[in-house]
Amino acid sequence: MAVREITYREALKEAMREEMLRDETVFLIGEDIADPHGGSYKVTAGLSTEFGLDRVIQTPISEQGFIGTAVGAALIGRRPIAEILYIDFCTMAMDQIVNQAAKIRYMSGGQAKVPLVIRTQGGMGRSSAAQHAQSLEAWFVHTPGLLVAMPSTPYDAKGLLKTAIRLDDPVIFIEHKLLYNTKGPVPEEEYTIPFGVADVKREGRDCTVVATSRTVLMTLAAAETLEREGISVEVVDPRTLFPLDVDTIVASVKKTSRLVVVHEAVERCGFGAEVVAQVAEKAYGYVDAPIVRVCAPSVPAPFARQLEDYVMVDEKKIADKVRRLVRGEI
Amino acid sequence: MNAKNADTTVETPPEDLTREQLLGMYRRMRLIRGFEDTAKERFEAGEIAGFLHLSQGQEAVPVGVCSALGPRDYITSTHRGHGDVIAKGCEVKRMFAELYGRATGYCKGKGGSMHIADFSQGIIGATGIVSGSLPTSVGIGLGIKQRGGDEVVVCFFGDGATAEGGFHEALNLASLWQVPVIFVCQNNLYGLSQPWEKTAYKCDLVARVATYHIPGECVDGMDVIAVHRAARRAVERARSGGGPGFIEAKTYRFLGHYVGDPALYMPAEEREAWRKRDAIVKLRGQLLAWGYLTEAEDEAMGAEVAAELQAGVEYAKASPLAAPETALEELYVHFDYLGNPR
Ligand SMILES: Cc1ncc(C[n+]2csc(CCOP(=O)(O)OP(=O)(O)O)c2C)c(N)n1
Ligand SMILES: [Mg+2]
Repeated sequence: MAVREITYREALKEAMREEMLRDETVFLIGEDIADPHGGSYKVTAGLSTEFGLDRVIQTPISEQGFIGTAVGAALIGRRPIAEILYIDFCTMAMDQIVNQAAKIRYMSGGQAKVPLVIRTQGGMGRSSAAQHAQSLEAWFVHTPGLLVAMPSTPYDAKGLLKTAIRLDDPVIFIEHKLLYNTKGPVPEEEYTIPFGVADVKREGRDCTVVATSRTVLMTLAAAETLEREGISVEVVDPRTLFPLDVDTIVASVKKTSRLVVVHEAVERCGFGAEVVAQVAEKAYGYVDAPIVRVCAPSVPAPFARQLEDYVMVDEKKIADKVRRLVRGEI
Repeated sequence: MNAKNADTTVETPPEDLTREQLLGMYRRMRLIRGFEDTAKERFEAGEIAGFLHLSQGQEAVPVGVCSALGPRDYITSTHRGHGDVIAKGCEVKRMFAELYGRATGYCKGKGGSMHIADFSQGIIGATGIVSGSLPTSVGIGLGIKQRGGDEVVVCFFGDGATAEGGFHEALNLASLWQVPVIFVCQNNLYGLSQPWEKTAYKCDLVARVATYHIPGECVDGMDVIAVHRAARRAVERARSGGGPGFIEAKTYRFLGHYVGDPALYMPAEEREAWRKRDAIVKLRGQLLAWGYLTEAEDEAMGAEVAAELQAGVEYAKASPLAAPETALEELYVHFDYLGNPR
């Protein structure tokens, strides 16, 4: 396969563009997504010029309104990709996401299909403070009826987004504001990535680290450092938080006998708690050390650089935790 | 009341509606009333669980509106939606089956009274979240427009929804995109216990909606012909690309908010006065006066409706209960509830 290096942003755009070309029912809807602005993170740049403003619908600042619009259009067979600029703004559309999109199929006894993708982004690292830097994925994983994807690389971003667009179930597709400029190999040829299949991003013997989104990159960097110290880390990226590939995680933990779960979201009732519970149940007897998490402490994201750095997960915090765990210091 | 179209008089039969149409509307209204009365009775007998929000008194609104729709048109509805879905074509037997938690119910026992849907008839479902269906209705309208269809969507909601943000966002977008959505407010003067006139400074909905440049009418919701005519105007306009419309139908909920609500907040004189304006009684009087219906035919129709309801309840009771483990089914198209692909 011909492979080139492209950014996460370009990968996402390619996924949308290819699906828009393939299926005329696919359309984009959201705030500030049309050219010349092309989206506040420029993910949709060029698409309104190519496909026109009927396929790339720029909306007023009206999250409840346009997410509801996307839900309704999906209910009659259109395939909207809605963009919520910051995951923090999902609160404005929460009824449409949680009570409508997630529930309609079930409460209609299976009559409805909701082929909806909501793209959004979260995460800290840009001094965006408490209302523009959250990681709210656990809310959606906790809501039956939704699927949740959280890609960490350009390859995963493209393959997962194409799948998300083709699925007939509503998908919350969570990007990271600091991943858009990251680069990685992406084949020229068409491919998709199924939901519910984790990717072992690095193999190792001593400790399994389950990490999501940008913390996958931090963990891979930490694993390099630890390798030089003689600690071999296996990095598992679930890629989709629901469906969750528990089998791959459990198999890895059975091999390494240690588990660290990493995410940027605050620790309390975060996604990591679910991973820990699954492993506690399915790999009981294989785990030789406390199961620990590396997450943000349960406070809002602070503004000042040094405050944000203090709470934000980073490579060093991950390396420290794994090192101490493997050395039996925890 | 600012009801423009209370132009039906007992003396003259309308020229724009045939006897068959009028009798059909009359029968539908009676069927809804009968459904609600039967549901109440069965609920009070302990046979039906959950919440039951009944619509006795409001029948002319859904029947007047839905009689202006075609089979491919869509509706969305609310917690008080039995009348809306019967008016669009739901069968009472499958509705009873739903209320009784049977596998043969429209939603196989997963939706219940508040969420009856029949996608095959464009009945996209009822929401229990006040105003929740307004934004989704805009999306249905947008979808129709995208595929170049000539269907319209009717979005039914209560007066209570008009203070929600979703109402305003939906109106703004519907107007901006000129989608074929007709917003129908069934103003029964209460949102639970809150009187309508205490929900806004100067309650003039048509004027409020007009600020979004959506044409609207306030009609007497106790006059099915007036409702029908307003709906026909809005449907014709929306169908021919004229964009969204709005109808405020002034009506009344004869009973409490739900079965069991003593409705202490509804003054007795007010209830009495509205009871006297019963839309079914009014239409019956008109049909008799116009020679469209005889007393004997009326009685026969009553017996037929009663038999349909009776058969509906029997069908429900004879149907198998939805099996308990089906509670885990039909959450996703592509996965089981645990996330295993199917
Ligand atoms: C968002 C939301 N808030 C409150 C409720 C509780 N509730 C259910 S029905 C209702 C009254 C709604 O009044 P209206 O919209 O006028 O409809 P009606 O009951 O009169 O048909 C309320 C407050 C709800 N279901 N959803
Ligand atoms: Mg009301």
